[in-house]
Parts: sequence; C-alpha cells; structure tokens
Amino acid sequence: MRSELLLEMRDITKTFPGVRALTNASLRVGSGEVHALIGQNGAGKSTLIKILTGAYRRDSGSVVFAGASVDFRSPQAAQIGGVSTIYQEVNLVLYRSVAENIFMGREPKRFGLIDWKRMNQEAKVLLERFNIFIDVTQPLGSYNIAIQQMTAIARAVSVKAKLVVMDEPTSSLDDAEVEVLFDVIRQLKASGVSVIFVSHRLDELYAVCDFVTIMRDGQTVLESPIKDIGKLELVAKMLNRDLSDVQSSGQTGFTARTRNASDGALRLEASDLQRGRALRGVSLSIHEGEIVGLAGLLGSGRTETARALFGADQLSSGQVAFDGRQKQFKTPGDAIQAGIGLCSEDRKLEGIIPYLSVRENLTLALLPQLAKNGVVDRARQAEIVNRFITRMGIKTAGADQPIRELSGGNQQKVLLARWMCLNPKLLILDEPTRGVDVGAKAEIQSLIQELAMDGLSVLMISSELEELFEGSDRVVVLRDGQSVATLTHDQISQESIMQAMAHGATINAGTGVNLESAL
Amino acid sequence: MARASSREGFGQKYGALLALAALIVFNMIFTRYFLNLQTLYVNFTQVATIVIVATGMTLVIATGGIDLSVGSLMAISGALAPMLFLNESLPPILGVALAFVLPVLTAGAFGLFNGFLITRYAIQPIIATLVLFIAGRGIAQVVTNGNLTTFSNMTFQFIGRGRPLGLPFQVLLMFALVALIAWVIRATIFGRYVLAIGGNEAAAKLSGVPVSRVKLAVYGISGLLSGLAGLIVIAINSSSDANQVGLNMELDAIAAVAVGGTALTGGKVNVFGTLIGALIIQLIRYTLLAKGVPDAVALIVKAVIIILAVYSQRVRQS
Repeated sequence: MRSELLLEMRDITKTFPGVRALTNASLRVGSGEVHALIGQNGAGKSTLIKILTGAYRRDSGSVVFAGASVDFRSPQAAQIGGVSTIYQEVNLVLYRSVAENIFMGREPKRFGLIDWKRMNQEAKVLLERFNIFIDVTQPLGSYNIAIQQMTAIARAVSVKAKLVVMDEPTSSLDDAEVEVLFDVIRQLKASGVSVIFVSHRLDELYAVCDFVTIMRDGQTVLESPIKDIGKLELVAKMLNRDLSDVQSSGQTGFTARTRNASDGALRLEASDLQRGRALRGVSLSIHEGEIVGLAGLLGSGRTETARALFGADQLSSGQVAFDGRQKQFKTPGDAIQAGIGLCSEDRKLEGIIPYLSVRENLTLALLPQLAKNGVVDRARQAEIVNRFITRMGIKTAGADQPIRELSGGNQQKVLLARWMCLNPKLLILDEPTRGVDVGAKAEIQSLIQELAMDGLSVLMISSELEELFEGSDRVVVLRDGQSVATLTHDQISQESIMQAMAHGATINAGTGVNLESAL
Repeated sequence: MARASSREGFGQKYGALLALAALIVFNMIFTRYFLNLQTLYVNFTQVATIVIVATGMTLVIATGGIDLSVGSLMAISGALAPMLFLNESLPPILGVALAFVLPVLTAGAFGLFNGFLITRYAIQPIIATLVLFIAGRGIAQVVTNGNLTTFSNMTFQFIGRGRPLGLPFQVLLMFALVALIAWVIRATIFGRYVLAIGGNEAAAKLSGVPVSRVKLAVYGISGLLSGLAGLIVIAINSSSDANQVGLNMELDAIAAVAVGGTALTGGKVNVFGTLIGALIIQLIRYTLLAKGVPDAVALIVKAVIIILAVYSQRVRQS
C-alpha cells in the first residue's frame, strides 16, 4: 500500500560538543506522501531535518534520496537537489517585494536583466493557486505573517521540489489559513510531491498526514501509518509515558479550578482602549489571583492590547487603572516598576538576547534590583538564577550557556523566569506555549495556575481553545480590535468562545455575558 | 561553560593573540634592536591614542552602532586646549587645568549630540555620526582659523610626554582605561544593558532596559575618550593642527575593534581583544617601517589584516 520510498535516512548520528543530538535516527518518506515528524523539543527533529537539508553535516549514517545516495553540503545544494524547506520562523527579506522573495536567487532574466513583468506575473499566478490575491509588487513586510508564510511556501513549491519540509508552518496561521495550507499540501501530494510536516498540533497531523515518525531523545521510536495509532498513544510514545498517565491528566496542564478567583480585589481595569485601527475599544478587568483569557482571531488586537497595557505602545485614548490608581505607562520600564510583566509572542524577535547567557537573559529585567551603585551583585544573581533553573526545570548545561543553544521550551521557561523573579502582580502572557513541546507545555500551564493560586493576576493570550477553556477563570473575546464578550465560569466552552470570535456574543445579557455597546 | 566556548574554534578565539605572537617572534628574529625597552615604549606610545579611542568605539559597536566622528572630535579637543593653556588672561595653573577638562567635556557633549540624533530621530548611526565626521573638523579649523599652533608647556604636555615611574603616562592611561571599560562591561548593569541592546534591542526594550539613555551614554563616552586622545596627540607633537589631529582615526579604531573579535553586528564584545587588535595594527606598521617599506604599502597591508579579521568573524558565525 505504501508507494516507493523517496527518502531513506538510516543510522544518522550527530554529536555537538558536549551533547549527542542524534543516535542512529532514521526517517523514511514515500513519494507523494505527507509524513508527520513529531517529538518533544530537543528530541532531535530539527537536527535531523537540518542534516537532510544540508544546514548540518552528519557524523555517520546514510541518506538516500530519489534513488541516489546524497550528502547536501548547503541548503542551496539541497534545494537544487529537490528538497525545499520552510522554516519555523519565516526567513525572507521583508523590504523586498513578494515576487522578489519568491524568485530570489533565480529571477527570470531577459538580456541579463531581471524580467520584472514575467516575475510578477508568475508570482501572482503561483499565489492565486493558493487562493491568495494580493499585489505581489508590494514589500513583503507590508503583509501579515500568514501571507509571509504562504509566500515562503509558494517559493518552495515554485522550485519544483520533490520533497517539501515544513517546520511548524501553522504556528502563525489562523484556522482559515491553515485550511488553505492543507489544500496546498493536498495539491502537492496529488502531483507526487512528498511533504515532511513538523507540528505540535495533533489535530492537524490527523487531518493531513499519511504516516508518522516519532522521535525521542535523538532516536526514532516509531514509524506508523497515522490511522493505525490514536492520539493518546501518540502522545504517550512521545513522552515515554504509560497510556493511563496521559488519560488521567486531561488535555492541558491546567487542572479544575476550585475557587471563584474573581472574588479577589480588582487589580487592573482597562476601559475603551483605542489605538489607530488596531484597537477600537477594548475593555477588560483582571482581579487578584485571576487568570483572564484573551481570545480572538489573528489580527483581532490581542497582542496590541497586551503591548498597550504594558506601555510598549501608546494609546490614543482610553483609561487604565492599576491597583485602583489611574496609570499611563510611557515605557515598559514604568509598567515593570508598577509590577507588570509581559512575555511576548515572538521569542526570537522580542524575547531572547541570543548571545547572552541563560543567567543574563533570566535577570535582564531584575538587574536594577540586583545592583549596588550600578555594579551587579554576582552572588545574589547566581543564587536567583540557580533557584529558578531548578524550580522551572530548565534544561541547560549551566547558567553560562548562551540561550540560543537551548530548545524552544527551555528558552520560554527562561523568559517566564525573567518575569517571575521580579515577583510581579500582573503577568501578561502572549501565547505562552507556542512552539513548545507537549511536556514543557503542560509544565508551563500548571506553573501559571500555581502562580495564580498564590495571588498573581494573569492575562493569557492564546490561540488554543483548550488552553483558554481549561485555564481561564474568565475569557474576554476580541473581534476586529474591540472586546465583544466576556465569558465567565460556566459560560466558557470551546463553542461559546468560537461563537464570540466569529460573531460577537450570542448568549444574551440575561445569562451574565456582557454585551459590549460596540456591537 | 566549556561547552559554550568550545563551539568557537581555537583559531577564532585566540587568532588575534596568535597573530600578535607571530609578529613579535618575527621581529625578534629579523629586526635589529627589536628587543629593547625603547622599541617597546615607541610602539606603546604610538598605539595608546588608537586604543583609547577604540575602547570607546568598542562600546558603541557592542550596541550595534558605529561612531565615525571620533577623529574630528579629537581635532576639536586638540584645537581648544592651546587656546586655554596659552591664554594669558588666565593664571597658568588654571589655564592648564581647564585645558584638561573643557576640551574633553566639549568632545563628550558632541558625542551626546551623536547619541541624540540616533535615539531621538532614529537616524542610522553611520549617517548620524557622519554629520560630525564632516562638520567636526570644520569646527576645529574655524576655531583655529586653520593655523598651526606650536607650543612648549611641559605641565600640559605631561599627558603625552610625562614618565611617572619611568613609564610613558599615556600608556598607563591606556591600560587603566582598557581595564576600566572591561570591568564596566563585565560587572555593571550598564555593561549588561549595552550587550542586551546590541543582541536584541526589541527584547531589551520590553524588559525595561532604558535603551535611549544607554545609547546616549555610549556615544557620550566615545566622545569623551576621543577628546582625551586629542589632547595626548597635541601634547606629543607640541603642536595642534586641525587638519591633521585624529585624521583617519575612525578607521584605525574600527579596524582594531574588528580585528579584536568584537562582533560588528553588536551583542558580543571583547575589550582586551581591541587592545590586541590595535597592537597588531601598530606592530605591522612598525615592522614594515623597520624593513624600509614605504607607508603607502603599510596601508595596503593594514587592509589585508582587516579582511582576514572579518573573514574569521564569518567563519565564527556559520
């Protein structure tokens, strides 16, 4: 039933100084097959893919691609050989046009000059195939991240690849865009192109993949047709846990809440926040010890709300009261001093300082409190860093290790610790578990809950309904830059959140949902 | 820690030091009278001003910026100082004291002006500091009417000619400043902020780092150190020429920083590397001179060294 193999990687071993990343790992992909590659962060997925695409060289093992033994020396060589990669973080030139990005390095030429007309035309046709109708002559940076991602995919498709590797392509897409992507994947499959699909979202794997390979601790632990293995078994294999453990622990790391957290004192109240077209009337309140979920589709103003509350962007109008006092934070520094922390959505762009150590990254916001006359108290710094490395279970070779060498989940834990060590009153978390493996995700979720039990207020932005549903005491739903509904306790369900995201609140005011006047 | 550093090969980590050692060994064998105290002093006194300016440049580059105005700021400070210590309406002691302080502060203020353009109007550092690169030397020439001033004032010239404990004063000053800046980077909040801004400015801002204040300070410090270097140069020469003081200094300083292993993209810094880098450039110039190679050829060799340094950085990144 399986078609002939397009790719066979066998006994791949790769060692970095001090760490063995892969031990006899293998990966087999049939032609025209959509193949899921999953595993926790640090399981070796990325390393295996980078070896395939020529970004790393293997220590030993063999790679057979399209019937020939290959050893790509660079991503360009792999691309010429028929392997295209779409990376987790979009890797394109934001200042150049969409068309230029698609054809960069192999522009259609005429008399030795770039044939702009042909290039723009071909780019347009290519994107229309994916139901994207945009002006391809505009700079890529003027479009949202979803369009940028589709541009990356269009680029990969247009080089006539035999195998397209997608490393978490859906992490920045909304549901409709994911559907478009899946259509593209099915088109690729129909034309005989194979796809390796890396994702942490299980539903997506089942929706689009034929086979699955599970990796753990640098080894391949299972290869199976995906329909022969259930979701729970998949998770269990990935985590190396018994099936019964997984079943008893629910979908997320959040456990059922036992108290009514909104009984606490009012910590923050924001009313009618406005800023350009992004925010057009957002109101919300957060009590002591309460986790408020902030829901909404991509572009509904969630991140903009977080930045405005934190003083990273200035409001054009609206009021914010914190601990009963009117506040206008001019800079993040002001907000931090008042006791607010913000863990941003994009770890790489706005979170980590890549070359600095875990220690310096962890204490960056705390430094003013760690210093006497401007000189850092190294002993106290070390004490705090070590405490949080232990408490959060951060896997690192030591506090001196540069943070860029850590896996995504561990980087996220360091960033959380950056705020936790300040003992904040309010923590704003923008997609706290995005791009984080299943194990670390559950740990982060239960940590958030534990902190809330101790009185911390949390504003949690998430695109995952389960996370909002199981983790929040209340959910505020945004739509087109406005808060359209506030769901309390028993009203929170995945259906009610989706309803509000799509249509505004549909439950009437009598049952306790606040219908905002903006409707 | 071992793991982190082992990622950078031995050659890249100690490349600059090895190059310096090779140059010294070469000279020990082939250059007559190389191994003598006089040669050491000559090289160190000549390199001191480059190193002093380059330590400030190291801070600027660590934030991801660059400062092209350093040479012109040296000229301004060099032009102002004689007007103070040669001024007959001031008591001699006061004149000399002011000559040490005011020109340096003026250069520092011009440095702050660079920082102001960069932080307030978000002008790229290379453009913002180009303003004073051009205008600064003009200001120095206007102040002096373009005239060469010669003088002999041993109190003032102590900064370039004094020998406390038998050692050239500016060399002691150079070592003290390198040690101070290295300590600042390693031990103070300011140093951590400099690296955080160079490594990821958006992340630093969201973590409450006062980005604008730190950048202002960095350009201000670069200005102060340039002003100080300007004083040393005129003290050594016993003359101040607004056309000559600090000419091409920005290039020597940037080259020293690059050869020393500080990333030109910011976020990674090596202050002692800058000292080594400056010594390499100086020793190459000295070696070629000792071998009778004309100064013009020395310029070409200098360029080759910079290419090698940048190449080693590229290897490091991949």
